[in-house]
Amino acid sequence: MRRLYNFPGGVRPKEHKRESTAAPVARAQLPDKIILPLHQHIGVPAKPVVNAGDRVLKGQLVAEAGNNISAPIHASTSGTVLAIEDHAIPHASGLPAPCIIIHTDGKDEAIIGYGKPRDAGILTPEQLRHAIKQAGIVGLGGAGFPTYLKLANEGKKVGTLILNGVECEPYITCDQMLMRDHPIDIIMGLMIMQRALGINRAIVAIENNKPKELELMQEAIYEVGTPDIELVQVPTVYPAGGEKQLIQILTGKEVPSQGLPMDIGIVCHNVGTAYAITRAIEHNEPLISRYITVAGSVAKAQVLHVLVGTPVSHLIEQCGGNRKTLSRVIMGGPMMGFALLDDEVPVVKTTNCILVNSVVSDVPLPSRGDFALPCIRCGACAEACPAGLLPQQLYWYAHAKDFDKVQDYNLFDCIECGCCDFVCPSQIPLVQYYRYAKSAIWQQEKEKVVADISRQRHEFHKFRQEREKHERELRHKQKRQVVEGQSTQDDKKSAIQAAMERVRKKHEHSEVSPKNIDNLTEQQQKLIEEVEARRKKKLEEIKPENNQ
Amino acid sequence: MLLKTSTSPHVHGDTTVRKMMVRVLLALLPAMVAYCWYFGWGLLINITIAVATALGCEYLMLKLRQRPVNPFLSDGSVVVTAVLLAFCLPPLAPWWLIILGTGFAVVIAKHLYGGLGYNPFNPAMAGYVVLLISFPKEMTVWLPPFILSELNFSLIDTLNAVFIGVYPAGFTLDALTAATPLDLVKTQLSIDVTIAETKNAYAIFGDFGGLGWEWIGNWVFLGGVWLIYKKVISWHIPVAVLASLFTIALVFYLKDADHYASPMFHVFSGAAMLGAFFIATDPVSAATTPMGRIVYGIGIGILTYVIRVWGGYPDGIGFAVLLMNLAAPTIDYYTQPRVYGHKRS
Repeated sequence: MRRLYNFPGGVRPKEHKRESTAAPVARAQLPDKIILPLHQHIGVPAKPVVNAGDRVLKGQLVAEAGNNISAPIHASTSGTVLAIEDHAIPHASGLPAPCIIIHTDGKDEAIIGYGKPRDAGILTPEQLRHAIKQAGIVGLGGAGFPTYLKLANEGKKVGTLILNGVECEPYITCDQMLMRDHPIDIIMGLMIMQRALGINRAIVAIENNKPKELELMQEAIYEVGTPDIELVQVPTVYPAGGEKQLIQILTGKEVPSQGLPMDIGIVCHNVGTAYAITRAIEHNEPLISRYITVAGSVAKAQVLHVLVGTPVSHLIEQCGGNRKTLSRVIMGGPMMGFALLDDEVPVVKTTNCILVNSVVSDVPLPSRGDFALPCIRCGACAEACPAGLLPQQLYWYAHAKDFDKVQDYNLFDCIECGCCDFVCPSQIPLVQYYRYAKSAIWQQEKEKVVADISRQRHEFHKFRQEREKHERELRHKQKRQVVEGQSTQDDKKSAIQAAMERVRKKHEHSEVSPKNIDNLTEQQQKLIEEVEARRKKKLEEIKPENNQ
Repeated sequence: MLLKTSTSPHVHGDTTVRKMMVRVLLALLPAMVAYCWYFGWGLLINITIAVATALGCEYLMLKLRQRPVNPFLSDGSVVVTAVLLAFCLPPLAPWWLIILGTGFAVVIAKHLYGGLGYNPFNPAMAGYVVLLISFPKEMTVWLPPFILSELNFSLIDTLNAVFIGVYPAGFTLDALTAATPLDLVKTQLSIDVTIAETKNAYAIFGDFGGLGWEWIGNWVFLGGVWLIYKKVISWHIPVAVLASLFTIALVFYLKDADHYASPMFHVFSGAAMLGAFFIATDPVSAATTPMGRIVYGIGIGILTYVIRVWGGYPDGIGFAVLLMNLAAPTIDYYTQPRVYGHKRS
């Protein structure tokens, strides 16, 4: 038995996982429209490779990776590309963004080779990573970081792979149902990850409120896994499934501030990602669908197998929710999810849960009172904070817009898990204050960069002016020295006289002879004089004629 | 269709300030009953006057400061302030004393500093100390236990004493009152009577502290433990206060038992228990980091002992709390916990 460590703080909200795990997973009905945002992952948006009017098939590439930190996107079903235009997307900002909109034809016709088994055993780690990249797989736990990047192990830095099946947020059950339905595929995906990383050690972590799935996963490990794969039950505390907290529970180590798990030789992947990898590598299926929990004020809470790009409204209706009485729809869990501005947005690769709240019953998400009492410094937030921060102090300084002090109290180590907010007896929207402070600081920094550049430009301009002035002065000084050297011990007057003399001489010379005929030999002089004489003569000859 | 938005987290626990305050009052209930058992009706009258004054002042100040009345008046914090202050006043204190102290606590110590959450000093202790300094005579008329019940001093008699200062025929205030054990030990020591001799000569001492007082202390202790269990307060401050008071008393007691009272006497006398669990733990004015709370508690324990033994007042909890209130922001700054992922220093 592995020794487990504690992480500080955490909360135990009501789980609400039974409602959506009673029924088996159903397939979501095919919607009329599939909306594929080009930016569903961390990194740069994908670039479309189809045009409006094109017919596309299920599994066909419709947008390629923008660069190395990006992910391609594939059509989730067959149909016709209606448009590539801005559409509402699931993002906290509520701003529309470019999407490929496909009118589905109901045939669900796949491209050639889709779903064809392939022998993954012959692929090298490099080829595995390439195939995972091509399949558009990103972290399905929520972050959406391109997975192939987290499967590279340069310099053998990574020694431990953690597969995260904790799923600690209330209501969310998609990973649980995936482990129930496809434990073998998940373990096979884990082993592909191990091969890509070139490591043997792996830990599968599952919260101890899922005994059934624990057992199924253990059996799967016996069946297809290796003895190096260890299954660990972790206590049911939110946020035990947070990457940093899970690493702490399993190893007692902490990811350095502003660092990555890779810095301490660990890499974490979600069970959903492992499953997607098996589908991609063994069956040649790109990532076009996933499990999503639909819960809250719906007649039938359940987990659906959903095509990426399906509108949220479509799923709510399938689960017996009334679109007319919606008050709030949360994408993600109640602790860290975000409220949708519009239920026409599509689900994306990273969507794990749709939490519905209706005006009829405000049950799942009781509205927060409009009025928050002042902070009474009870410290409940500090006790709940898994990052060891002092949320009451962060709040104090964020409230006062003291952005230096708020950084002194390590604002940027806040993972926005919401524990402090959850326990606050004054009902202060703490996380909102931290988000505000963070974005204000980012904004300031951005402005500072711009200001720095223009300041540098201005300073260089000033420097150049100074330098030119200096050089000019130096030149003048040198000239003066030269002049002074010629007229030694002479006073100013004689210097002026000399200068006047020079000017006069210059003038004299320049009248008769151009500059290039200074210092001539006697012979040359003679020659010139002859030439001049001839020219004079000729000129005199011509003149009268001209005058006529 | 546009939906209502909100920011995460979208769910909340069910603790509220009011719930916390109600729990504090519930935790005080057994001690209140014990207090009345030993010292008569006086405490209840104190509490009634103090709570009424506090609610009135709170309402007035909220109106003057143009703050919403309902959420603040119902948060319960002002009631806790009033009850704690009433607990610290002598049981037959005149009504005006209670109103004055409570009024100062609510109007000046709380609202003039910004109201709930912003007061640097514990309002109840600020009110108490103002009364102690301004009205030393009225503030030191303590009763020996059971005297009122032995003399059949009824509720009506108590009301008369509190409101119009009139005592039943044959009673005078001087005849009723007696020094508290802390006070007695102190005055006797000043005339070179050892603690053992004092304890033998007077019948107001119990097993550890004062007769009656120590039982009230027990109930306060139980209430406090319940508050810790319910997570209304954390263990740090009470443990630090009592442990430091006990330790410093033990050091001097072992050195010279004739002139320094036993650690148990210190812990179970006066307002030590109440101070440790209910007064020093006022979150607004206390230190807020775990380590800071321990430092803060130790400061209170030591200062209390210093004031009791070498200071001019028999008890020092009120002054100790106020002095440490002053230090709390500095303590917090220097006792920040290590943040996840930062180097262990």
